[in-house]
Amino acid sequence: MAVSLAAAGLIYTANGRRLIDEVSLELRPGEVHALLGRNGAGKSTLLRVLAGELAPQAGTVRLEGRPLADYPPRELARRRAVLPQQETLRFGFTAEQVVALGLYAHAGGPQRQRRIAREALAALGLLALAERKYPSLSAGERQRVQLARVLAQVWEDTDHPRYLLLDEPTAALDLAHQHGCLLEARRFAASGAGVLVALHDLNLALRYADRVTALIDGHVLAQGAVRDLLDRATLEALYGVPIALLHAPGEALPYVAARPRGFRRDAGTPAAAPAPPDHGNG
Amino acid sequence: MNALADRLRRPLPLCLLLGLLALVAALTGLRAGALPVDLRDVFASLGLARAADPALAVAVRELRLPRVVLGLLCGAALAVSGATLQGLFRNPLADPGLIGVSAGAALAAVVAIALGVTHAAAPGLLPVASFAGAALTTWLVTRLSQSDGVVRPAQMLLVGLAVNAVTGAGIGLAANLASGEALRTLTFWLYGSLGRAGWEEIALAAGPMLFAVLWLPRRARELNALLLGEAEAAHVGVNVERLKRELILLTLLAVGGAVALSGIIAFVGLIVPQSLRLWTGPDHRTLMPASALLGAALLTAADTAARTVAAPLELPVGVLTALLGGPFFLFLLLRLRDRGEWL
Repeated sequence: MAVSLAAAGLIYTANGRRLIDEVSLELRPGEVHALLGRNGAGKSTLLRVLAGELAPQAGTVRLEGRPLADYPPRELARRRAVLPQQETLRFGFTAEQVVALGLYAHAGGPQRQRRIAREALAALGLLALAERKYPSLSAGERQRVQLARVLAQVWEDTDHPRYLLLDEPTAALDLAHQHGCLLEARRFAASGAGVLVALHDLNLALRYADRVTALIDGHVLAQGAVRDLLDRATLEALYGVPIALLHAPGEALPYVAARPRGFRRDAGTPAAAPAPPDHGNG
Repeated sequence: MNALADRLRRPLPLCLLLGLLALVAALTGLRAGALPVDLRDVFASLGLARAADPALAVAVRELRLPRVVLGLLCGAALAVSGATLQGLFRNPLADPGLIGVSAGAALAAVVAIALGVTHAAAPGLLPVASFAGAALTTWLVTRLSQSDGVVRPAQMLLVGLAVNAVTGAGIGLAANLASGEALRTLTFWLYGSLGRAGWEEIALAAGPMLFAVLWLPRRARELNALLLGEAEAAHVGVNVERLKRELILLTLLAVGGAVALSGIIAFVGLIVPQSLRLWTGPDHRTLMPASALLGAALLTAADTAARTVAAPLELPVGVLTALLGGPFFLFLLLRLRDRGEWL
């Protein structure tokens, strides 16, 4: 029996457009797997197919070898949690109540729910907001509360591996919380969970992901270990913009920077300039 | 004082208080009227004490008791339906009256009457007709309020506006084409009254309505999850499609029954759950049972007021709930806007 969340040959078509085109992906327990690609490349769609929210026209998503559709909803919910890109909650739950909503599929009384909800809030530094009304929070705070809810859903080690599917969890977060969010993803992976995370920030992907799937127009451009894939040529093909890999002294990993043609702003003399020489290539 | 208020936000104390309120409203409803009855005679008429005046006891039992029972039943049904629809569609302003479901039920019933259906000729057909009308309008309103598979709250209110206009015209038309008796019942359908239905009709519709009122609160946790969004609710383990079917069917039973017995009584499904949300928050585990009790109390009290304030004239009870509900609706709109919770 394969221990993973795995999809093979996925095809998903909507309104005559093939949004996911022959994508295969395996998410293993213990790893952080980053999903990269431009806007509209199919990251969110793929994530929703892997979550079982959208049914693919071809291919199957299997959890531990069993098709997702064979799982009763509650059993599936105890093994994998999903953070959507947008939150739409407008009712005045407190932050803690929102987090506890993630525990719907779990047995256990109010004490256990409260304990897990508070632990998840604490892990994201949100305990001070526990009693605040959710709609009154800032966008970044709301995103962290939603992340806490999703973490709470698979908080405790069950007999089975757990999976987290996160769609741009850092989109509304400040610099510190972006790293806090991915550190928490790494901690989950270290405890034996598989984490799939759609990301736009390549520096975060480079630092926190083990493996990467790069999507372009719904198909896989590259897939594999992050160190092997994040080279300049692949990134330029992926994003269609000149890329520089910059090395900081004392750091093993380079920083990825985009250098769009036709615009460059140096101190004092804004002028067009050719892309700078490449300092390092993978 | 604050400690007391906090305690009254918790489910059990709150429900006990609201249950007491419903009881007081019911007893007041039995006592008040053209001929005031004292409490001992009320108990006597219910068979709980020895009757001092048998004629009075019969009058209370046959004239006032059905109204009070109807108020409790329809109030609970409408309030629980409102709470359910608001959760189901994540629309704080959904109300069976406002979104046109009640009007659809009423139109179907009026058409049935215009075609000659009477209680005497075909008992039970009227509730079935209004249930079917409610089902049809719910389907229509839900379909027309969707874009990209998501129900848009603001659009739902606009669709409800149109449905109410058309069904209101339909009710007027049917009443005008029909006999004089039907014409007299026009205000009954449009503004609601607890004075028409007798024991036989109540007995027919009460079963399904009571079932819905008692069953819907059992779905409180699912409704809570649904507030996150349908996809999110599915991700946390709710069987969303089955849940939606169940909730809509039960709401239709409740609303169809209420309209068949008492016409269109708007705003109860809005005022009750919303004031409770302001008081205890959106958790359906408290909201659903509390709505049933407060709805029962409110409609019973409103009916008592409707038949006593201008006695011997009787106001349609829906006029009174609309008088309360309209300003409350505006208050709610402004408050939602100020808190950034707008649709």
